[in-house]
This record gives sequence, structure tokens and C-alpha cells, in this order.
Amino acid sequence: MTAQDRSASGLSRRKLLGAAGVGALAVGAGGGYAVGQAAGEPATPAGVADPHAAPVPFEGAHQAGIVTPAQDRLYFATFDMTSDEREDLISLLKDWTAAARQMTQGNDVGDFGAVSGSPYAPPEDTGEALGLPPSGLTVTVGFGRSLFVDDKGRARFGLDGQLPERLQDLPSFAGDRLDPAISDGDIAVQACANDPQVAVHAVRNFARIAFGRASVRYSQMGFGRTSSTSTAQVTARNLFGFKDGTANVKVEDTKDVDDFVWVHEDEGPAWLVGGSYLVSRKIDMRIETWDREPLEGQEAIIGRTKGSGGPRSGGDEFVPLDFDAKDETGKPMIDMKSHVRLAHPDVNKGAKLLRRGYNFVDGSNGLGQLSAGLFFIAYQRDPEKQFVQIQRSLAGLQNDLLNEYIVHVGSGLFACPPGVDTKGYWGEKLFA
Amino acid sequence: MKSSLAVLGALAAIGLSACASDPSESTASGDLSVAASDSKCEVSATKLKAGPSTFKVSNKGSKVTEFYVYADGDRIMGEVENIGPGLTRNLVVDLPKGTYEGACKPGMIGDGIRQTLTVTGGAAKKLSDSQELQAAADSYARYVKSQSDTLIVKTTEFVDAVKAGDVDKAKKLYPIARTYWERIEPVAEKFGDLDPITDGREPDAKAEGVDFTGWHRIEKQLWVEDNTEGMDKYADQLLANVKKIVQLGQDTPLTALELAQGSKGLLDEVATGKITGEEDEFSHTDLWDFKANIEGSQAAIASLRPVLEKQDPALVKKIDAQFAALDKELNQHQDKTTGDWMFYDELTKDQVKALSNAVAGLSEPISQVAAVVAKSA
Repeated sequence: MTAQDRSASGLSRRKLLGAAGVGALAVGAGGGYAVGQAAGEPATPAGVADPHAAPVPFEGAHQAGIVTPAQDRLYFATFDMTSDEREDLISLLKDWTAAARQMTQGNDVGDFGAVSGSPYAPPEDTGEALGLPPSGLTVTVGFGRSLFVDDKGRARFGLDGQLPERLQDLPSFAGDRLDPAISDGDIAVQACANDPQVAVHAVRNFARIAFGRASVRYSQMGFGRTSSTSTAQVTARNLFGFKDGTANVKVEDTKDVDDFVWVHEDEGPAWLVGGSYLVSRKIDMRIETWDREPLEGQEAIIGRTKGSGGPRSGGDEFVPLDFDAKDETGKPMIDMKSHVRLAHPDVNKGAKLLRRGYNFVDGSNGLGQLSAGLFFIAYQRDPEKQFVQIQRSLAGLQNDLLNEYIVHVGSGLFACPPGVDTKGYWGEKLFA
Repeated sequence: MKSSLAVLGALAAIGLSACASDPSESTASGDLSVAASDSKCEVSATKLKAGPSTFKVSNKGSKVTEFYVYADGDRIMGEVENIGPGLTRNLVVDLPKGTYEGACKPGMIGDGIRQTLTVTGGAAKKLSDSQELQAAADSYARYVKSQSDTLIVKTTEFVDAVKAGDVDKAKKLYPIARTYWERIEPVAEKFGDLDPITDGREPDAKAEGVDFTGWHRIEKQLWVEDNTEGMDKYADQLLANVKKIVQLGQDTPLTALELAQGSKGLLDEVATGKITGEEDEFSHTDLWDFKANIEGSQAAIASLRPVLEKQDPALVKKIDAQFAALDKELNQHQDKTTGDWMFYDELTKDQVKALSNAVAGLSEPISQVAAVVAKSA
């Protein structure tokens, strides 16, 4: 194939775009992308830029993808280091950071990208995002306990003394049916975007960059965000048909974000200040059984009405829960074992989480039942006081009524470093 | 695997353009820089030599830009798009002698800011003109010769055992004879009609509506039926075809580029056939083949080593390290006294994954080899 052949095949990113996409790409320019083109540019048939196509800034004090308003799609993966060399870990984090910086802004990976390199070399970028706008892509990484210490407690990668005290293995919860093959990992990568192809592209390129240094342990696709992380978003529904994330920590509530999401100065270790802890749980839902449950039963289990999402104690979606409200027979209107009550800060020493979960469907299970559920992701400042506290209240058939219909099958806890500046890389302070 | 070699054969036939050799011309080739701003497009040289040039396009402006190289009638020779402010993206374009225009398009619109690029120089050099590459090909040809001599000896022993009805002996010889076969597989794969009848798999033969023949036909009889009934015909045919392939391989040795691609092809074989236990599905002797593929790949890289050392020593270091890592992983599964390998179905899932990781780790740098070889023409 000659250069002529290549260009004749016409793999032109921009030409593949429709009018909306052109606007979006102009938006993807990095500087001055507020809306459409910068002043003084001749008119183009760009049309109105689609906010779902716009880029999310990559650099900042915190990693993007935590308090960023939740995008529609998720592709999550965890990686295990296949190399024991400290240099390999450092170079991998540098290479990943560089690639994420490019991809989140709508650019190809590498110097040559997908189609402008040598015809004799595999393209640097895998190419399936050619022609697609940045789509709000964020890539967020977190480090598992196993990155710091091996199973005998010996330091790995020379990371002596860098293991955060709070990065403990999560305790066993009643009812857990965890599969090690879809749990844990040395490094977690959360790619969120408004286009699943863009999210998959990000993780696929990460996996490729990692060959020889790290390999994928498992990955999970998610759709239909089940949490709102911004007041600007409507509350989405989970696969049980209920609004999920009504009382979630929202980015606009800066005090909650500060109290419940970011690791503070005095909590260290130093490399993690401004970071957060990510808990992931793969939760299978027994969809068919749930669907046979009467509406009243479903609402009693959750503690909210299915239509509006308002509390069973009355009022619309955002009215506070009234746990003291009783019906005419004297029974609490919000059941003592309902999901909302047991998950509420009032019964959990004030604990809140920033949730970022997604629905998943992994096809059917051979019995004609959906293999489906919720890929739960939550960010927090202190896993013990937040996730563990709340999950202890919920777990087990004696507690949350919902447990008859769900089972936790995958789990992970990761420490997510703070954000990077224009030159930095993820976790660089670990190696200082 | 066959398809990629076919494509490469075609590529090699076209020949790689390279620098013109006339030193009196004050023309540039190789790396060029393009300073793009909102109002300017400065290419570091406007007179170029024929062959591949790399344009390093830096966007120093405030708008997203793109860079094109046009031939007459705005025929696009190459383009790189979506270069954000402050970013640098590279473009490789292979330009024959002629006049072209380079164009930056700030804001990615309009005709762009253009300047004329004049490309001079004689006919493109061919890969085969390079003595270094010829030396690499010759070196590999010697390897093929040594392996194929033994291949014929070992295949003959295997075939004799099959025809003598000695099932145990045949089973022992099967993975050993195949070792020599698997080491030089890229040679066999060049011959599209011989490869499937020698090393084809049962479902493929079925799909094609042809008789299932070759190594795996006999393998099935030995391990599934535990006898050699009806195998005489297949055994004779196998030996005849192996001999034919060896002869053809020696008559038309691989070019350096095919060799580079072959070293990757062998790893692809491992990643798709051996790591899954698909290839030797009846005997489970996949690790014999696995090791042989790796050795074959290593031999191909060794032949190319002088070229690679000169063009990209960092890549050689990476490849060496990954070969060592893979060997370490693989060698755990060999009985040190008998030299026998573990059977595939005895490996745990974790062991297979560790092997798969090591193969992937090696395949990435090896996939870069062909481009490095092409550069050295």
C-alpha cells in the first residue's frame, strides 16, 4: 500500500463527522472551547455543539471522573502488574497519563495516531474512535493494596511506607459471593464517556500500552448511569426501575464533597492528599424474581415510590425522608429494613458516599434469565467510616430487604491519587 | 497468518522508497518540522528527496489545526488532523518525485495556508538493494536450511513409526518432529495450498469440504483411536508435502521484511493457537509447538539483529528483555531431565494467563520490527 492508497481510502477523522460532530471537534480544541468556534473564525456548517460531545479538562487538583457529572457510559477494568520492576510501573503510569491526556481531549494516542504513521508499523492508536468527538471522556485510576504489598506483606516496587493505612482489604459482608476473578487488581481504570465506543477505546488502548508491564484482570461495561452526581442531572433509574442516586453527594454541595470525597492534608500519605478511595462492587440483580414482586412490595423494600422517587413517608423526590411517619395501623411508613433507611446517614453515623454506579447486562445466563445488575462505584475519603459502615448496615438477609434480590459478586478498593498538572503523571509523588 | 504475509509480499514487491543517493542536491529528507500558527505554516525545508518523509507538525497557534500534503488537483498524499494548540503530531508520507503543496488549516477549515514542496531524486531504492537486509535474509536462510534438514529426518522417523503401527513411538515422535516444523512455520505459510493440507485443522477441512489430512489427522488417530489404522496414506502424503515445502522454501527464501513479519507471525500463532490449546487438541502437546514458535521467532530476530541494533537499539533491548521473561515463564513447564513439556490440559488457568501475558509483552515490541527494517533500506 502506498501513501496514495492510504489517503484514497479516506480515513479522515473530520470528514467522517456530521455537522454536529464538526462543532464538537472544534469544541475539542483544548483552549477556548466554551461553545463552538473562537471569535473571528469564518462560519462553518458546524451547527450547535452537543454538550455531551465536549471534552472534560484533564488536568486539575483532583482527577476527573470523580465529581465530574456522571456520563452515560462506563468501561471499567482492573490491571495486574506482570512486571516487578519499579521502572516499569513508573513508565506505565507516565504512558497512561500521556494517552489519557490525548484521548480525553479527542485526540489519537501517540505521535502518529491511527492513520498517519508508517505503513509497516501497527498504528499507535487503535482507531475505533476516529471521527468521534471527545464525548466527555474521563479516565480515572486507582491503586489497589496489592500494588503496594504482596500477599506476605512485603513491599512491591520499592513502595515501602507508601501504603495508605486506610487501604485495607474490605471485610467480609454477610451474603457476599465474591469471585476473585472479578475482584481487586493492582490498578483500576475507570473510563466514563457519553459514547460507549469512546470509553472502550480508552481502556483498549490502555491495555495495549500495558502489554509486557501489566495485563487486564477483568473488565466491565456499564450503561445508564444509576447515580446523579450533579444537581443539573435528572435522577436515573436502575434495572429495578427505581430512581437511584436521589440523595447522592452532588458536586454543587462543596461542603459534602470536601467532607466525604477528598483525602485531607493530615490524613495522608502525602501522595494521596487530594485523592479519594474508590470502592467497586459488582452486584448481580435477580431481575426475574424482582419483576414478579408486587408494586407495593417493591416500594416497601426500597422505601420510596417507584413513580416519582419520593419517600414512602410522603412528598416528591427531594423531600427529606420522615422515618417517624406511621401509617394508620401504627407501622412505620418507611420500613425498618427498607433500603433507604439502612443506607441513610442517620443510621450510619452521618456517613455519605459519592456514588457513580452503572447498570450492566452481560447477556443471559443460559436459563433465559438476564445476567444483569449494578456495577456500583463509590468514592470516599475514608472507606471504613463510609462504605464499610453503610454496607455493614445493609448486608445480610436479616437486614436490607433488598438482599433477597441482589448478591455482591465482585469487589475492589483502590486509592486514587490526586489530579495532575500539565506535565505530571498519575501517582508521581509515590516515586519522589 | 497467511493473509498478512501475502500483503507483505505485495509490499515488498512494490519496494520501499528511500532517500535518493545524489549528495549534491541540497534537499532534505527524513524529519521535517512544520511550525503551524493561526496565520503561518512554515515547513523546515521545501525541497525534499523522494521517499518517506516525516513531518513533525507543531501547532503554535490558538486554533485546532491540521496539515495536508496535496498532489496535483488536491489529491491528498497524507494528512494529520485535529492538532490542538500546543500539540505536536507527526505524519509519514511517502512522496515520489514531483511537485506538491503542504497546507496548514488553522481552525480546520478552508484551503489552508499553502506552500510548494518540490520532491526530487531518482527511482526509489528497493529493500533488496540493502546489503544489510540481504545479509539478514541470508542468515535466516541458513537457519531454515539447518532446521529443515532435521525436519525431514524427524518427520521420516515419525512416518515410519506410524506405518509400522507403533502407536507409542509415534506419539513420542509427534511433538518432536513438529518442533522443527513450527520453528520455520513462516516458510511453510508462504505456500498457501500446501500449508492447509499439511497443518490444517479438522473444522477447516470440513468447512472446505476436503479430506482432513496432515499432522493433525494422524494426531487424532493416535490419541483418539489409539491406533494407526488407515494412516499409511496420510503418513506418506505428509512426508511428501513436508519435503516439497522444504524444497520450495529453499528455492524462494524469505525477504528481510517477510522475515520481520514472520517473527511476529510466529508469536501470533502462539497467541491464537497454542495459548488456547486449540492446535494440538487431541495430544495436548501444544507447549512443544509453543517453544518451537518462540525459538523460530528468536532466530528471525537474531538474523535481523545487526539492522535493528543500528536503527533502534532501545527496541532490541526491549525485545531481549521480553524474550527472557517469556523463557522464564515457559521453562517452568519443562521436565529438566527428559526435556518433555507439560501437556496443555495439565496447566492451570493462572499458568496459561501468565504465559499469555508474556507472549503479549513480547508481541508488542516485535510488531514494531517490520517498520524498523523498512526504514533501513
